[in-house]
Amino acid sequence: MADRDVVRIAEPGLAADREETLAVAGVGVRLGGREVLHDVRFSIRAGEFVGLIGSNGAGKTTLLRVILGLQKPATGQVRIGGAARAGRGTAVGYVPQKIELDPDMPLRARDLVGLGLDGNRFGIPMPSRGRRERVTEMLHAVGAAAFADARVGTLSGGEQQRVMIAHALISEPRLLLLDEPLANLDIRSEQEIVSLLARISKERGIAVLISAHEINPLLPVMDRVVYMADGRAASGTTGEVVRPEVLTRLYGHHVDVIHLHGRVLVVPGQDDEPTIGSRDDTHVLHADPAAPALDKAEGRR
Amino acid sequence: MNPILRAVFEPGFFTSAPVRVALLAGGMAALVSSVVGIFAVMRGQSYAGHALADISVTGGSASYLVGITPLWGFAGVSVVAAAAMDLIGVQRRRGRDLATGIVRGAALGLAALFLYWGTTTTSTTGATITVLFGSIFTISGSSTAAAALLGAIALGIVAGLYRPLLLGSASPELAFARGIPVRATGSLCLIAIALAVSLSALTIGAILSTALLVGPAAAGLRLTSKPGLAILWSAVIGLAATWLGVLLAYDSYYWPPAHQGWPVSFFVVALVLVFYLLAQFGRPAGTRRDKAVARQAEAGA
Repeated sequence: MADRDVVRIAEPGLAADREETLAVAGVGVRLGGREVLHDVRFSIRAGEFVGLIGSNGAGKTTLLRVILGLQKPATGQVRIGGAARAGRGTAVGYVPQKIELDPDMPLRARDLVGLGLDGNRFGIPMPSRGRRERVTEMLHAVGAAAFADARVGTLSGGEQQRVMIAHALISEPRLLLLDEPLANLDIRSEQEIVSLLARISKERGIAVLISAHEINPLLPVMDRVVYMADGRAASGTTGEVVRPEVLTRLYGHHVDVIHLHGRVLVVPGQDDEPTIGSRDDTHVLHADPAAPALDKAEGRR
Repeated sequence: MNPILRAVFEPGFFTSAPVRVALLAGGMAALVSSVVGIFAVMRGQSYAGHALADISVTGGSASYLVGITPLWGFAGVSVVAAAAMDLIGVQRRRGRDLATGIVRGAALGLAALFLYWGTTTTSTTGATITVLFGSIFTISGSSTAAAALLGAIALGIVAGLYRPLLLGSASPELAFARGIPVRATGSLCLIAIALAVSLSALTIGAILSTALLVGPAAAGLRLTSKPGLAILWSAVIGLAATWLGVLLAYDSYYWPPAHQGWPVSFFVVALVLVFYLLAQFGRPAGTRRDKAVARQAEAGA
């Protein structure tokens, strides 16, 4: 049953022999009687870089929590590496939203990366050369070697993100999830983190799913996009999804898409303005045509 | 022997049985409190530790009424209180502080009642002094053995959960994503804190026991950026303060005003403060980033 769902949403044109690293199949979540996610479905293959785009309250964090196994879906299922999600562990690397690290805590960048390797183990860690070298190598890979011995709480936002990414990657996960890693970063750090993630994704063949409320920083490197509004999602290439007719149906509200020097602006329009494009996009859009209005999505977590 | 050393250690510091008990039991309590204290401070549970120490007064004072060793009263009540604090499990900080404050007030009320009964029925103030300010020179052999057992349990908890607690202190979300049962490890840590304050309540008194929990740990966190080394520093400072305190109390027998000796608790707590101030203002290398951050904060202000 679930397998059929996965097959149905597999887009043509992608190598059929490469198995999906992540398959989200018809996931729905209800929290406090409210439908937070509705029939979300998409898949990611190894080495793919996918942006999860939506405003606050669109359901991005809830979706990431479902993939992580922190939230049970009411309907549908999540499959990682072809197997049903069996809880937390090292198959998925995770960089949470807005981590506030205490600058008074005696924890160096290299300590936090080491905890990514064996933080769930019991007992006192015995210092070993192999472990130390692996940590150092990982710090180099994310460009964090220069501040490896500084307290992680005293680092800048961009530096902390690099350390978090190293922490998430050192256990060699097949899937890397990042929740709003670009929030509160300056433009330069933002670009650096995006290109770092894109490089790691290609070099190591890791599937990357990164949530953001702003699509433009990810446009140059994104293989595909999962666009969310009000708990519903449309997935495909940016060319397929970021179109006025698709987003208008997703939001349930007239939306215009303006292209400007390789960037896109998604702006709300008036419902009585002329509608653009066809409504025949069911292969990329899995939203209910009678979706609630955009303004209800605001203020929701 | 050098005349100065003779003046400090004579007559018979090392041959006195009460001194040996004080060095042994005081050393154990200091070691356990300062090691567990690192986790209490890192996890932001020093207020909980303070509350547990106050609540343990109820157990200590009740133990005099029913005629059991005060250590069992301290430990029994504080461990039950720790479990209750965890069961109530108020997630919001303000709610948690309120619940803790209310339980703590009620416990101190009971303690006042028990101490009043104890004092009026036996017409001495011995129980009150012992419970509030400790009895490091008069601890029985069986209490010392029990203290060793409870101390070993507390140290076993934090040693066994060293990495999960460290990661959970840095970020509960990261710990969750690693598959660590954050709630359960936190509960066990609170039990270890309850045991640590019980041991210190026995030696330097229930109202002063948090000084040994928080003081050496706060100094240790200042002195290094390495988590393991911070624990070592804390233990060294806790032991030094306790043993020097015992020595000064021994020597103070010849001091004014009464020529009866000053209480050990006073010396221990005063020395903890001195060590903390030394650590605060004589900070070695390894925390250079702190200064950079402080400069930035000043520039921004």
